[in-house]
This record gives sequence, C-alpha cells and structure tokens, in this order.
Amino acid sequence: MPLTDSLRDDILASVPSLRAFAISLSGNGDRADDLVQETLLRALANIDSFQPGSNLPAWLFTILRNLFRSDYRKRRREVEDADGSYAKTLKTQPAQQAHLEFEEFRLALDKLPQDQREALILVGASGFSYEDAAAICGCAVGTIKSRVNRARSKLSALLYVDGAEDFGPDETVRAVIGGSGG
Amino acid sequence: MKDVKKQGGLNAEIQSRIGHQLRAMYDDVVRQGVPDRFVELIRKLDAPEGNPQLGTAGTAGEKNDGGE
Repeated sequence: MPLTDSLRDDILASVPSLRAFAISLSGNGDRADDLVQETLLRALANIDSFQPGSNLPAWLFTILRNLFRSDYRKRRREVEDADGSYAKTLKTQPAQQAHLEFEEFRLALDKLPQDQREALILVGASGFSYEDAAAICGCAVGTIKSRVNRARSKLSALLYVDGAEDFGPDETVRAVIGGSGG
Repeated sequence: MKDVKKQGGLNAEIQSRIGHQLRAMYDDVVRQGVPDRFVELIRKLDAPEGNPQLGTAGTAGEKNDGGE
C-alpha cells in the first residue's frame, strides 16, 4: 500500500519498540540505532508489499530481525562493552544496586543462543503472541514455545542458581560473567 | 489454571522475576520515545521534493553523534 500519513505515523510509533528489540538483540545501542535506521529504509522502500490491515509491528520486526541476522553472519558480534555503552543509552540510570542486577541480567541474556534470546524477547518483552513470534522468526509455533522455555530455564540457571536471595554484590556479577573483563 | 507450581523445574517466582527484568530492560528503551534522528529520516524520505534515494540518502546526511 502507498505510504499514507497514518501509515507513516504507525511506523514512527513502532520505533521505540524496534529500538528496544534491536538493543536486546545486539547488546549495543549505536549498532541498534543503525539497525533501526536500516529497517525503516527497507520498510519504506518496500512499503508496497505491506498488506493493509496486517500486523505492522510484526512486519517491521521481521525486517529488523532479518537484517540483524544477515549482519550477524557477516561480522560476528563484537564483544561489547562490559563497561556499559548499553547503559549509556539509558536515560534513567538505575540506582547502584539495581544497576548491578540489571547488568547481571543483560549479561545472562547475552549468553543465550540467539534463537532463544530473540524468542524470549519477542514473547516476553515485546508482547507478541507465540503465533506472531513464530511468523517473525519463520518457524513453527511449537518451536517458539520450546525456545522460550529453554531461554527461561537457562536464565534461571545463570541468575538464580544458588538461591534467589543473594543478589547484587560484585562477586555475583563476576561469577556470572565467568571472570571475563577486568 | 494457576501457575503456582513448578514448570519443567522452573519455579514460578523465578519465572516472574525473569519476566519482570526482561520487561524493565526493554521498557527503559521504549520510554525513550522516538529519537529525532528517526523523525527526520521519515520526514525526509516522505517529502515530495526531498531526496528520494532510499538506502543512500539517509545514511549520508548525518552519522551518529559519536558520543564520547
């Protein structure tokens, strides 16, 4: 369909969640914004192939995901910032304790296989149905469900392995990232 | 159906904690709204006498701000 005002507005309205998805996938704020930009250019160039009335966010997420995938194949994820260029993209810095917890979570998320990470984010954070997530990832609904389950199990093993109470101290973070960085 | 018992070894409380952290991380970015860069990009591409070259036009103009 042609690019109407309302379609343009809808595309813009999807940008915040596209960025959140891109950051969750790439772990890197600058790269995420480049991905979003490429996604918008691609979407606008192919706007004729968008079916009116179909799920616009799902369409855009599919484009972004495919771009990320092909990009990923070309250059493997650089080891990104233990010292937080990601955190810099956040406007509100969480308080110290929360910040550690947050970093710990992000590091654990980064350890998931890509398939599982994206499935978990689409369903658990973006709020897509299993069906939409399956369409975005080009796989069966059952596959998405099992990826989400495996992602959750792995995260819980990484984060809460020895009791959920003790949280936050530096040692915990270091243990989780397995002594990398310095 | 209640979700209180274990699911495949996953404690429901831990699951909800993971879900909460995941959304907190995600929503932090969502709350930043639409950066000007993208508003301008769409406007530029949209303008009838703007530069209609998709793919090259958008990236040439301004790179990212470079941070520090």
